[in-house]
Amino acid sequence: MNKIVEWSEIGPLFRDGMSILFGGFMGVGTPLGLVAALHESKASRLTLIGNDTAAPTTGVGPLVASGQASKVIVSHIGTNPMTGRKMIAGEIEVDLVPQGTLIERIRCGGSGLGGVLTPTGVGTVVEEGKQKLTVNGRDYLLELPLRADIAIIKAKRADRAGNLVYERAARNFNPIIAMAADLVIAEVEEVVEIGEIDPDMVMTPAALVDKVVLSKEL
Amino acid sequence: MEAKELIARRVAQELKEGYIVNLGIGLPTMVPKFLPTDVHITLQSENGFLGMGPLEGEPQPGVVNAGGIPCGLLPGAAIFDSLMSFALIRGGHVDLTVLGGLQVDQEGNLANWMVPGKMVPGMGGAMDLVSGAKKVVVAMEHCTREGEPRILKRCNLPLTAKARVSMIVTELAVFTIDDGQLVLQETAPGISLEQVRASTEADFVLAEQFHSMSVAA
Repeated sequence: MNKIVEWSEIGPLFRDGMSILFGGFMGVGTPLGLVAALHESKASRLTLIGNDTAAPTTGVGPLVASGQASKVIVSHIGTNPMTGRKMIAGEIEVDLVPQGTLIERIRCGGSGLGGVLTPTGVGTVVEEGKQKLTVNGRDYLLELPLRADIAIIKAKRADRAGNLVYERAARNFNPIIAMAADLVIAEVEEVVEIGEIDPDMVMTPAALVDKVVLSKEL
Repeated sequence: MEAKELIARRVAQELKEGYIVNLGIGLPTMVPKFLPTDVHITLQSENGFLGMGPLEGEPQPGVVNAGGIPCGLLPGAAIFDSLMSFALIRGGHVDLTVLGGLQVDQEGNLANWMVPGKMVPGMGGAMDLVSGAKKVVVAMEHCTREGEPRILKRCNLPLTAKARVSMIVTELAVFTIDDGQLVLQETAPGISLEQVRASTEADFVLAEQFHSMSVAA
């Protein structure tokens, strides 16, 4: 099975009102070609779910700047002043989630789990509106699963079946979001034949990946 | 000695052989510079690796610290995803974290992630770190730029975590929080107990072994 597609097939996949899980930490590990394709698609009212909104011109920053993102679910917006400004102006909804809780919620969404109990946020504003449970004398918050319509992933290498290998700390959220979306698209720097990636080295199994597109910028 | 250097030098004494350590951005990143040469620690970076080192030569693709700045990987380093990174952090596998603070109170509550109406950057990984690290050291200047105390009876900024701070190191003093009580352990060279009292709103007691901070220049 060959999952490698042309860039022309990507744009039409994006629609108004979609939720998008994205990989990356401060833009490192964010598929910039797929962000550009989303930008060009003009899809609006997007909900973006990932670690941070990076900076106005990196990571998913361009989708905040263009106004296409109406909501972000992230752990950090401090490095992108535009997100803060739009939040204060009421132009974007920002749901701040502790980073470790965010990644666990995405894991739950992709793993058939109904939620996770975490001590993070107990006694802070994060606990507002959440169920609190006491297990063996310690308080935990019940945090609920997160999924999205599409996950956009950045990997170093894919084989034609869609097995993925990441590079260094550009891995971050990518392998987890690959489990939690209806459609999973990976942007990669290199495509190899099936069998060329040692099975022990596969970081995201092809079964989770729907489409692979070769990065333009190298 | 500049306040920040004094704080970093004193915090460095808390790092013990074999520790897994996570350092917050800003002042905490100065700490490894002052580590004695016979103490070996492993730095964890929340974006997904153990074995962070200084940048040597050209930046390598994907090798950045939690501030997105290029850094190095030491021999023996290990890369992983964010799920593993926060399992390490929350699961008690990180021996010590050093973070900056806006306010700390006498019950060990920390506020360091937002100022309503002024600064709302998001908590990033700070809430998980403070909830999960075995020892939480807050490294900060004793008072605000306006001279207001930061060590309070009760934090009035939104909390990062409740009752998780183990130690506070400032340019004036070292406090610990033991069984819910703030204890003054050390005063900085040339600083009197009265000066510490005048700059601290919180109630505290003196440690049995209360002494002067020892930092080699």
